[in-house]
Amino acid sequence: MSDEIGHAGFDDWLDATEEGEAYYLECDRGHGSLPPRRVCPECGSTALSEEPLPETGEIETFTVTHVPTPSFEDDAPYATAIAAFGPVRVTGQVVGVDLESIEAGMTVTPAVDVSATTGDRLLYLRVA
Amino acid sequence: MSDVRVAGVGVTPFGNVPERTGRDLFGEASIEAFEDSGVSRTDVEAVLYGNFMGELAEHQGHQGPLMAEAAGVDAPATRYEAACASSGAAIRDAVMRIRNGENDVILVGGAERMTNLGTAGATEALAIAADDLWEVRAGMTFPGAYALMAQAYFREYGGGREELAHVAVKNHDNALNNDKAQYQRAIEVADVLEAPLVSTPLGLYDSCPISDGAAAVVLTSDEYAEEHGLEAPVSITGSGQGGDRMALHDREHLARSPAAREAGEEAYADAGISAGDVDVAEVHDCFTIAEVLAIEALDLEPVGEGISAARDGRTIAGGDTPVNLSGGLKAKGHPVGATGASQVAELATLLRGDHPNSEHVDGATTGVAHNAGGTVASALVHVLEVRE
Ligand SMILES: [Zn+2]
Repeated sequence: MSDEIGHAGFDDWLDATEEGEAYYLECDRGHGSLPPRRVCPECGSTALSEEPLPETGEIETFTVTHVPTPSFEDDAPYATAIAAFGPVRVTGQVVGVDLESIEAGMTVTPAVDVSATTGDRLLYLRVA
Repeated sequence: MSDVRVAGVGVTPFGNVPERTGRDLFGEASIEAFEDSGVSRTDVEAVLYGNFMGELAEHQGHQGPLMAEAAGVDAPATRYEAACASSGAAIRDAVMRIRNGENDVILVGGAERMTNLGTAGATEALAIAADDLWEVRAGMTFPGAYALMAQAYFREYGGGREELAHVAVKNHDNALNNDKAQYQRAIEVADVLEAPLVSTPLGLYDSCPISDGAAAVVLTSDEYAEEHGLEAPVSITGSGQGGDRMALHDREHLARSPAAREAGEEAYADAGISAGDVDVAEVHDCFTIAEVLAIEALDLEPVGEGISAARDGRTIAGGDTPVNLSGGLKAKGHPVGATGASQVAELATLLRGDHPNSEHVDGATTGVAHNAGGTVASALVHVLEVRE
């Protein structure tokens, strides 16, 4: 499903991440969240600013998916992980390491690449 | 405030019947519910109906009025959508309406047609219960999301695939007597451990099947039940709903279900009971780990100990608190929009004493139903009690 019309806020975030300038949103009371968003989900503040995402994050949990949706048919098996980057966590596909050797605690950096099935851009977590 | 009586229940056999439409399934469940209740269709004042993937599976939106028609009821109807907790949400609203005197008789239920989509199509349809931008686009599937929670649980509290396997074995055992269950077949721990992996650490036998089916419940006020001399010994005495952030990665806990805890605490307080009063539970075990998270969230097990409950016999038929005597979503099946209402139907018959597994809860008076949506960003909990 390669969209001609983008997703405001989310595509901008992918663009920035592709250029090595990933960010998160911070409200005036210091809560972190991910875009696109107009309101801090934690406190309701509408004063949000873009802050640089820490360069590295840590895998908290992961899974290797063998039965994908049709949109990831040619990507499977692949690993999906949740990694913490300072005040926010993100979900992405793990690359740069054998699927068997992925562990919680591994250090990752965010990267944007395309799905083998659809050619759509998505977030990858690259193991250093 | 009126007591809310479960006047009658109806559930279709859950299973793989790709040719059957949602309206056919709900029509059948409603016939059974009306026959069971002795309530006249013309007395129904509202139809509240849960459904999740009707647009994808049947190219059908606006299902409320369609399903009222299928049930032969001429009353205003609304569809509820809260992913796999859709009919749980419908039940909560029905309870509120009857309590506040708005309605005396409500037909509430749900249906889902899924197997016509095939495994890949149904996997894709289920995935949209997650955050499309941040989760689905990263390749997260529904089993994948629960796998992330399972892995986080093992890391935080211990346990592993073998303990989870006992949950599947238990629920298959419970389904053996349930004619409406999708799988009436015993399995062993080894079967679960040797099954193909879906999303590590979860395998095929850790997962509920893709199912078609419907459930319907006729709820009435106490006054209506008295006036019409209904045989309706079970009441819904507590209702609670909890919510959480949509994406799993935005939650405070990856190995707990705070929304279910919130819903459970609210429902217990509403009914004036505590977890210790619960004799039997039907919980949302779409994956084996989901049952573990559910019984901990409902305080039926301390946090970190739910993983051993099935293995050590605490939640089996004949255990302290039997969980999922229907077979659960795992063996009974999980037509998502029908699930919450079917749990209430199972519990009501267990407590009435006319369920094939009622012998395991002889003398039981209090049951709890837990219905979860997505990765538990929505949770609905209901307490059922025998009132006579
Ligand atoms: Zn804030």
